[in-house]
Amino acid sequence: MKRAAALLGVLLLSAPAFAQAPRLELPYTQFTLPDGLRVILHEDHSVPIVSVNVWYHVGSARERPGRTGFAHLFEHLMFMGSGHVKPGQFDEWLEGAGGTNNGSTTSDRTNYWITVPSNALELALFLESDRMGYLLDAMTPETVDAQRDVVKNERRQSYENRPYGMADIALTEMLYPEGHPYHWPVIGYMPDLSAASYEDVVSFFKTYYAPGNASLVVAGDIDTPTAKTLVEKWFSDVKAGTPVAPMSIPAVQLTGVQARTLEDNVQIPKLYLAWLTPRHLEPGDAALDVVADVLSGGKSSRLYKRLVYDMQIAQDVSAFQDSQALSSFFLIEATPRPGHTTAEVQTAIDEEIAALQGSPPSAREVERAVNQIEASFYDRMERVGGFGGKADLLNAYATDTGDPDWFNEDLSRYRALSPSDITAAAVQFLPRDRRVELTVVPRK
Amino acid sequence: MRHRTPIALLLAFLVAAPAARVSAQQPPDRSAPPPAGPAPALALPAIQKRQLSNGLPVWIVELHEVPVAQVNLVTLSGSAEDPAGKFGLASLTSAMLMEGAGSRSSLEIADAIDYLGADLSTASTSDMSVVRLHVPVARLADALPIMADVALRPTFPAEELERQRQQRLTSLLQARDDPGTIAALAFSRVLYGASHRYGTAQMGTAATLNGFTVDDLKTFYASEYRPANTVLIVVGDTTPEKAMPLLESGFGGWKAPAAAPAPDVALPEAPEPARRHVYLVDKPGAAQSQIRIGWIGAPRSTPDYFPLQVMNTILGGAFSSRLNMNLREEHGYTYGASSQFDMRASAGPFAAGAGVQTDKTTESLQEFFKELNGILAPVPADELARAKNYVALRFPSSFETTGDISRRLEELDVYGLPENYFASYVQNIQAVSAADVQRVARRYIQPGRFAVVVVGDLKTIEAGVRSLGLGEVTVLTLDQVMGPPPAN
Repeated sequence: MKRAAALLGVLLLSAPAFAQAPRLELPYTQFTLPDGLRVILHEDHSVPIVSVNVWYHVGSARERPGRTGFAHLFEHLMFMGSGHVKPGQFDEWLEGAGGTNNGSTTSDRTNYWITVPSNALELALFLESDRMGYLLDAMTPETVDAQRDVVKNERRQSYENRPYGMADIALTEMLYPEGHPYHWPVIGYMPDLSAASYEDVVSFFKTYYAPGNASLVVAGDIDTPTAKTLVEKWFSDVKAGTPVAPMSIPAVQLTGVQARTLEDNVQIPKLYLAWLTPRHLEPGDAALDVVADVLSGGKSSRLYKRLVYDMQIAQDVSAFQDSQALSSFFLIEATPRPGHTTAEVQTAIDEEIAALQGSPPSAREVERAVNQIEASFYDRMERVGGFGGKADLLNAYATDTGDPDWFNEDLSRYRALSPSDITAAAVQFLPRDRRVELTVVPRK
Repeated sequence: MRHRTPIALLLAFLVAAPAARVSAQQPPDRSAPPPAGPAPALALPAIQKRQLSNGLPVWIVELHEVPVAQVNLVTLSGSAEDPAGKFGLASLTSAMLMEGAGSRSSLEIADAIDYLGADLSTASTSDMSVVRLHVPVARLADALPIMADVALRPTFPAEELERQRQQRLTSLLQARDDPGTIAALAFSRVLYGASHRYGTAQMGTAATLNGFTVDDLKTFYASEYRPANTVLIVVGDTTPEKAMPLLESGFGGWKAPAAAPAPDVALPEAPEPARRHVYLVDKPGAAQSQIRIGWIGAPRSTPDYFPLQVMNTILGGAFSSRLNMNLREEHGYTYGASSQFDMRASAGPFAAGAGVQTDKTTESLQEFFKELNGILAPVPADELARAKNYVALRFPSSFETTGDISRRLEELDVYGLPENYFASYVQNIQAVSAADVQRVARRYIQPGRFAVVVVGDLKTIEAGVRSLGLGEVTVLTLDQVMGPPPAN
């Protein structure tokens, strides 16, 4: 039914502002190595740099009870040397070649990128393949201890010592029941970080870091046949592992309102409202992105205009569909101005959600949101490397859809939406009686 | 495909050599890292210089890879021009441009820009104020008139000033919760004092914010935002032939007001401290201590610019720098330690810093000073070469996007850098010698005279910090750092 309504919307909607926009294309070459590694190559010679980007299809959702935070701790260990790279050399060699690198971990995946001048491509492939094939040859309990301390300090800096930082952790605990793989935070709990062992590292690597559970993108100033040969050379001795079965977990839903108050070292309280929503790319996911934009994208959005601009009872308000592989959530955050309360803010937010549920937004509101989303697609095409650059996106689309160049299909999810789709999503997915209500208050 | 006109090829940037042919399926030789070929040539983007009929300079760089355009109107006045007692005026004026312009209200501007899928923003630093437009090139002609209104015809409505004032007062209140922000503000304050512009946040204080009137905004705008003081930068999927008529109709009629411009402000020299001094700010229960160590560094115009880039990269400018290797990788006291020279028209601060776990605050300070003293000794050749390559070889990546290039052109304009600045950048970095590094380290890194700021849980850390005997210790209140809090 949802599908039919969306198609009808296309026919009835007036022509979107960018109907004539050029098609976004990312030409690529794709192949799979005998060891199971999926490889995607993309040429862009505009700047003489190359990005080497690897996704391992494992995130914190795969962690065992008592070992939360492990996938992210493991990400740190991937920079500490491997069979043919001594501790410290990974960064020394890359930075000495003019390269930069980083990695990140989510619930669903762990990604790594290296950006180098194009003359150092082979160095990047050597380092990337060495840690894929020979990480354990260099791993010691001392290495695990050293990065355990760094990760604990990352947790202190980004969560415990950051204003409102602990709210992120409380939210997923409230949204997902105990035992659900999204219940615990990616950063992990301190006792679990303390408990992580060298043996855990060995078993995690053998289970999840096989080439068959990864995909590699090389994008930028490359010659495709040469790059293919170099990838084959450096990854040919990486041993194939055992296939990883996809995760399957029962769907979750909230059955009522989960309310909680959390104290923090802040002077102003803050309100969080959150709902469980459709998974990434499922029907409703794109509509909720537009719901978020209609509610809080820019000053003329409904919540900003009402709370911040007209009533001036809030300092800020934002709405966001956090799309994930197993289950998504929709989050609204707002900080009341001094002299105003989270209750006042919550009342106004609820009225605006009810209004959106009661009647469709104007065609202009939807077009405005879709135009902004379309422009964000262009922006992502401007950079080859880093988080969210073209190499990262090719890997993201390959992971999510099987098609690395899924830009136009992704964009068409949004272009197909009608105002009634937006209201339908708000009605179906943002019920007032099944959600999380978290309030952070100043510590007494 | 991007259109680029190659200009000077640099010594280090010879010819891109295709990677050596290799036969597949042979196990690779992992006994040593594969050597890099010759560094690739960066074809620097050509800056096409034009002028509007009113004399406003236009710099255009073509970049045809993605159908977007970036347009920045850069005015050479920033918070350094804030009058005494009105710190925060440049920042507030810049923000207020968006709050009503031409015939549009604040919300109408936002709605029109958002509908175009564009991003229009204003910003100010010590040395400039800028209006930036990023837009799908198909909508450039629709968005430019709105940008021109914002930049040339702001209306400064009184009720919008009130909104901005309340927004900023609340931000200042919230800043008092964030240990990193407190540390940065405390560091600036103890180095420059309350009367020097660099000693107070760009936004100003609660007291100055409460004093601003619409007349203040109009006066600052009229004296500082002038064609003679401004450059228009365009980067993206357009050409001078396409862009110039649009720019002429948007900005060509802009005339300076009759009143004389304000004279250029030269900030006073701030005195360098004679001896080391420790400043503590209490943050009860903090999980980490935020540390900043340093003093007044160098202006952007310093002849030591390139040696300083290299020296700071060795000390704390990259991941594999000494501070990070020591405090993070060796000791695990922090998620990251770094150092930087914040160069402005006048000498901005040099700071080394990190957030360190509370119970390792004393040890962390010791390691900071170990590295700050260590950089005074001669630097090994391999470490020097690595640092130079890091700075020089990643230079091309700062020319990748329309936004990147526009920021580099802003820097060129604001700091009056020479025409060949980009073309000679790599040579200038590679020319830095070990002796240069040692010379600038001894001039700019004087650990015995540094200010040390620690924001943390004093009941846990104070005794340990005092036991180090680094120098006189002063405990600062938040009010001493930031002024009294805004009244609710």
